[in-house]
Amino acid sequence: MSAPILSLRGVETRIGRYHILHGVEFDVPEGGLTMLLGRNGAGKTTTLRTIMGLWRASAGEIRFAGRDITRMSTPEIAMLGIAYVPESMAIFADLTVRENLVLAARQGPPERKRLEWIFARFSALERFWHLPAGHLSGGQKQMLAVARAIVEPRRLLLVDEPTKGLAPAIVANMIEAFRELKDGATSLLVVEQNFAFARRLGNGVAVMDDGRVAHTGDMAQFAADDALQQHLLGLGMDAHQ
Amino acid sequence: MKRDFIPLLLVPGIIIAALPLVGSSESWATLTLAGLAMGLMIFVMASGLTLTFGLMDVLNFGHGAFIAIGAFVTASVMAGLAPWLKADSLWLNLAAIGPAMLAAMAVSGGLGLAFERAIVRPVYGQHLKQILVTTGGLIVAEQLIKVVWGPDQITLARPTALRGAFLLGEIAIEKYRIFAVVIGLAVFAALSVTLNRTRIGLLIRAGVENGEMVEALGYRIRRLFVGVFAVGSALAGLGGAMWGIYQETVTATIGAQVAVLVFIVIIIGGLGSVGGCFIGALLVGLTANYVGFLAPKVALGSNILLMAIILLWRPQGLYPVARR
Repeated sequence: MSAPILSLRGVETRIGRYHILHGVEFDVPEGGLTMLLGRNGAGKTTTLRTIMGLWRASAGEIRFAGRDITRMSTPEIAMLGIAYVPESMAIFADLTVRENLVLAARQGPPERKRLEWIFARFSALERFWHLPAGHLSGGQKQMLAVARAIVEPRRLLLVDEPTKGLAPAIVANMIEAFRELKDGATSLLVVEQNFAFARRLGNGVAVMDDGRVAHTGDMAQFAADDALQQHLLGLGMDAHQ
Repeated sequence: MKRDFIPLLLVPGIIIAALPLVGSSESWATLTLAGLAMGLMIFVMASGLTLTFGLMDVLNFGHGAFIAIGAFVTASVMAGLAPWLKADSLWLNLAAIGPAMLAAMAVSGGLGLAFERAIVRPVYGQHLKQILVTTGGLIVAEQLIKVVWGPDQITLARPTALRGAFLLGEIAIEKYRIFAVVIGLAVFAALSVTLNRTRIGLLIRAGVENGEMVEALGYRIRRLFVGVFAVGSALAGLGGAMWGIYQETVTATIGAQVAVLVFIVIIIGGLGSVGGCFIGALLVGLTANYVGFLAPKVALGSNILLMAIILLWRPQGLYPVARR
């Protein structure tokens, strides 16, 4: 396993009176695709938001590419090369598809070659290039949210439930896109509820339960261990279809 | 592309509907121009406030302070350039009124920066405290105006070239109202171009919709907000200058008085929407003038009634920003 690009040690997060994360610890290897799994309310989204600096860790340490980012502001963290796709997608509905992507490209106008690569996987974005993003369907909005995160090369991609409500054909395109990103220079940490998707995509896994990481390891081994899945995720065999 | 044109039709709709009610076409034309001029002056004052609310959820009840400061600075500069204002040359008049308005914008913008740093920044995200401290800031600013300029109202004479009216047949068109319309439309055009054709405008529009996501893309929304706050304060200063010259007198409470209309306008338009603010301002200006002519006794409440009707129809305002 290569050296971690992201590492969390003893991360605690409190939101108001609620103590959500209780000492979260796991690594995302450089060039790896780690799936963050867990039941609803396990703390997966909070973990991503804490890494991104959107909620502040009250204890512990988060290191990215060897740098301590625990106390950095969200823009500083993003400027280090971390992109975030939230579960809500958070596309800018009043801006056109083009404007959403132009804004996400910090180095200047998006490169034509990169756009063509995105359009080859998410063709609807090219078709609706000048349409306000609020007029897109749910699946198209998800495509835009992912495209916004990858419009320029990033070192680490944090993606929260990318397949939620998507048609199978779009899910296949998304898997292809994530795999190609991984084969490039991008590492990924993906939160996912759909285990069939997760096992096809990930090569590493971290499973959360009640604000802690209950298991980390290789995805192939985890996918082969039905008892462990049942114990940690409450999955039956139908989840493997 | 689907666009919501219905609110745009309200302005011509209200103008056409007023014609049979007013009766005389000359009075109707005069009232319409007066309403448009008043609306555009309110728009200039309100445009910055709607953006600052949209970007950072900041309820700035002290916005009237920038309006008042703008009016007083204009009065001082114009007093110093009185000979040019009294001259029969349009160019000399403009050479006096131009620097006066620029000075109003500069002082109000600078005050806005200090106001944001000292009063607004400590209470980000706390609406009740924002209302209390910004209202306190307004009261302090009014008292400081009395200390600097004295407690009495100041007369602000219009430049010679902007006094009186043109006559188009039987229709009297006040020159200053034409001037106010031109300035108001120029500000609207400049804001529209900035918001729709520049990267900074793109950031502002995105930030109004979802500031957290703009930060996650690597942009510092607070810096953007400080810039917008300063520009909004400068525009309030310009609006205060225009309003002061329009009223021909300025008092320390001029900002607080007009701030009521400013808040009505941004609520009608949809908090955070410059386009909605523009339509809302024109509706408020036209309604105030038509109702003031037709039923003077209800004129004071006419804009509240207008706001209530629009909110019953569209509870988030005419052009709600997507997030809200």
